[in-house]
Amino acid sequence: MIEMNETDNENLQLAKKYIELLESGNRQEADDVLAELTDIRESQLFNELGKLTRDFHETLNAFNSDDRITALAEDEIPDAKERLNYVIQKTDDAAHKTLNAIETVLPMCESLEKSLSGLGSEWDKFLAKEMKPQEFRDLTGDIKSFFDSSGGELNVVKSNLTEILMAQDFQDITGQIIKRVITLVAEVEKSLVELVKLGGKIRLPKDQQDQGKTQGQAAADETGVLEGPQIPGMETGSAVGGQDDVDELLSSLGF
Amino acid sequence: MKILIVDDFSTMRRIIKNLLRDLGFTNTTDADDGTTALPMLQSGSFDFLVTDWNMPGMTGIDLLKAVRADPKLASLPVLMVTAEQKREQIIEAAQAGVNGYIVKPFTAITLKEKIDKIFERIEGGDS
Repeated sequence: MIEMNETDNENLQLAKKYIELLESGNRQEADDVLAELTDIRESQLFNELGKLTRDFHETLNAFNSDDRITALAEDEIPDAKERLNYVIQKTDDAAHKTLNAIETVLPMCESLEKSLSGLGSEWDKFLAKEMKPQEFRDLTGDIKSFFDSSGGELNVVKSNLTEILMAQDFQDITGQIIKRVITLVAEVEKSLVELVKLGGKIRLPKDQQDQGKTQGQAAADETGVLEGPQIPGMETGSAVGGQDDVDELLSSLGF
Repeated sequence: MKILIVDDFSTMRRIIKNLLRDLGFTNTTDADDGTTALPMLQSGSFDFLVTDWNMPGMTGIDLLKAVRADPKLASLPVLMVTAEQKREQIIEAAQAGVNGYIVKPFTAITLKEKIDKIFERIEGGDS
């Protein structure tokens, strides 16, 4: 049997009484009982409506005064746009640095290759004893100048390769920035879901609502702990301005 | 000279690994956060640690503190290479006993200078 609360019980008693009165033909009293039943139902409805209105009002107020949302709209979204622009700039720089280095190195490799194959065929001629003394003297001169120039060229190749290597550091910096923006987007998404819930009056069980809130707060708290990469033009107050400042600070600490 | 490189970004680990090889340090191993790095340090005979700060799991600063708290590892030279550059953080790292601090993005020359300086101090018995 379904468990009944006090109101249900009362309703049942009244309903039974109503049927009894109808059956005994006591129409007047039956109407009174029906009126009483209707009253109960109406007052319940009013109570529910009142509760809903109050919930709605409170949630709306809470939403309006939520500092996180204000901060998101006023500071963090524009801030994220700056960060993402910086990501574009970093990847653009890295791509150009890499392409420049390659464009310098490729012609060098080609000329090294050409010199090598020229010297190779001369050397073959020498080994085949088809070389005149004057040609041999020219060859030794060519070999000497190849030694002189190729060392320098290989150094340029090596330093350009290091430059290409270092250009890849954009991935770490931009990765950290994008991770932060993803956290922000997730937070905006959560706020939007709350707004939709508010509009559609979707009411989640209480414990689920609380869980959502603590997760959001944890994310907000977490972003406060580590600053991550500094974006030029939007450095945070207590951040130092690069390696020289770090060195200075450390040496002031006795390093 | 056996070096452990700890960073959650694999590109950065490769960059540091290549730069170190260029400087003549060919025996390097890497790990992606402090939780993975600490047991490696405890079981392997590493001579030098290069670590990032901000990593999931165990951060670089916690790794540094764990290293200094471990009697077997306490004197291991630690170089921090990180994008974190708040004054308080640099001071915190210094107090935790870091041997060098490089902010990202950095150059190959900076890395060489800091490593040279760390070894100069160690050889000079200053550390």
